[in-house]
Amino acid sequence: MERLIRKGAEADIYLGEWFRKEAILKIRKPKPYRQSELDVEIRKKRTLHEASFLMNARKAGVSTPLVYFIDQNKAEIVMQYIKGVRLKEMISDRKMDNIDALCSEVGRCIARLHKNNIIHGDLTTSNFLVVKNRLVFIDFGLAFFSQRLEDMAVDLHLMRGVLQSAHIEVADEAFNKILKGYAEIAGMNMIKDLVRKIKEIERRGRYARVE
Amino acid sequence: MKNRLEIDKGIFCWGCESTAHTFSCSILKSDGRILSDVKSIYTPPPGSGIHPREASRHHIEVAPKVVKQSLIQAGLNMKEVDAIAFSAGPGLGPCLRVGATVSRALALYYDKPLVPVNHAIGHIELAIMLTGAKDPVVLLVSGGHTIITAFSRGRWRVFGETLDLTVGQLLDQFGREIGFSSPSGQRIEELAKKSSKYISLPYTVKGNDVSFSGILTTAKKLFKEGKDLDSLCFSIQETAFAMLAEVTERALAFTEKKEVLLAGGVAANKRLQEMLMEVSKRHDAKFFVVPKEYSGDCGAQIAWTGLLAHSANISVDIEKSFVKQSWRLDKVDVKWRD
Repeated sequence: MERLIRKGAEADIYLGEWFRKEAILKIRKPKPYRQSELDVEIRKKRTLHEASFLMNARKAGVSTPLVYFIDQNKAEIVMQYIKGVRLKEMISDRKMDNIDALCSEVGRCIARLHKNNIIHGDLTTSNFLVVKNRLVFIDFGLAFFSQRLEDMAVDLHLMRGVLQSAHIEVADEAFNKILKGYAEIAGMNMIKDLVRKIKEIERRGRYARVE
Repeated sequence: MKNRLEIDKGIFCWGCESTAHTFSCSILKSDGRILSDVKSIYTPPPGSGIHPREASRHHIEVAPKVVKQSLIQAGLNMKEVDAIAFSAGPGLGPCLRVGATVSRALALYYDKPLVPVNHAIGHIELAIMLTGAKDPVVLLVSGGHTIITAFSRGRWRVFGETLDLTVGQLLDQFGREIGFSSPSGQRIEELAKKSSKYISLPYTVKGNDVSFSGILTTAKKLFKEGKDLDSLCFSIQETAFAMLAEVTERALAFTEKKEVLLAGGVAANKRLQEMLMEVSKRHDAKFFVVPKEYSGDCGAQIAWTGLLAHSANISVDIEKSFVKQSWRLDKVDVKWRD
């Protein structure tokens, strides 16, 4: 029997079984407020993207849950159940001792994705599961392939936005650690280009004043 | 004894809004009563947007009348007012300076504290006071803003926003293309009601942020190609508002707050209200929307927020009372809220 364990913005997450193994059932339910054509298109597309990018990310060297089954029409994915704590809670509960190390690892993982032209599209602290000292990336519904510096910079810009809104007390430190980890994989030149691009994006925003 | 009297009497704040097309003055009492809210709105010629110089000229012309009327309507003399608040930003420089100049002169002449107010926070504070929301996720949508924000640790934190155009700009700029004068949201809403044929437009959500430039470019192009205008208006609303509903839902799920508040000029749109109500229902959150007469720019938002700021001893010296065209709401320390 499936049990609802989380009602996300986009999907409902159930804990159930798949061939006698614990498994996650992620259903993108229809949104009644959305035009049905638009709704079907979005849910189908994201379900497919999620499934394929969970695999692409793994190929790039980033841990993700295994996909067991996809039903495109119902916008359902059955995947491996990973018992972990979201980084969001780790930071909020101030389990600070290994936050630094975890943020560096977040940076390394993002760099690995980008190196393989994978843009996650939704980097937030609720999309990183911590299992002991390992990181597992989830929620690839907004992921896409791109070689553009702009898209990689937006990815990091979003990450920074989440830190500044939800984790202001550690935001700057955590973001610096992420960049440091990123540089270990991608190199200093890439980081310089990215930081420049992030500033450019912020300047384009509403009422932004970037020094 | 004096304190006792003061409590009975209440505190009065006079406020002046002058960030864009609206010049408005208002007086509020500390119990939340709006004693006056007088406004004069600059309307650009059809097919064009706000020219800052023309708008500021309009503000200069109407200022004396609006100021006077705000006092007459409230039945108060400026001497009886406890503080003078003005919109210090963000907004159009020439427009901001009109309101600031008027307010500085009054504060100096009547020897009253001058309180700078952030326009965006003004929208939110007035909406909270009028609706009774306590700790909401706020979707602020207007010509100047498209932002999803919630209060945490002394500031309004931004959980999502537009990466380019605001939703108000999207509606106004498309309106301009079809010959409406800004703001054109209401007329687009009327046209949209006449159709239910959905034309696919770029749906761009990046994490918690949105981008409307693709919708504008595509809709303009389709209009020129002769696509049905009603259906285009319908589809612009459906696409843009669904994006806003999605990012609001994301902020709601992430923050786990139990209230949603819709504020700003575009909040008057019934279809947007409908979508956000659905979102709120799904997450068992209470849904609030700012009353229509106070959704657009108005002096009341400045007077009320000025009153709250004044109660937290916030004021500015005249010689330091510069306007700030790019004053983001997440840069403001909100000392009156915990």
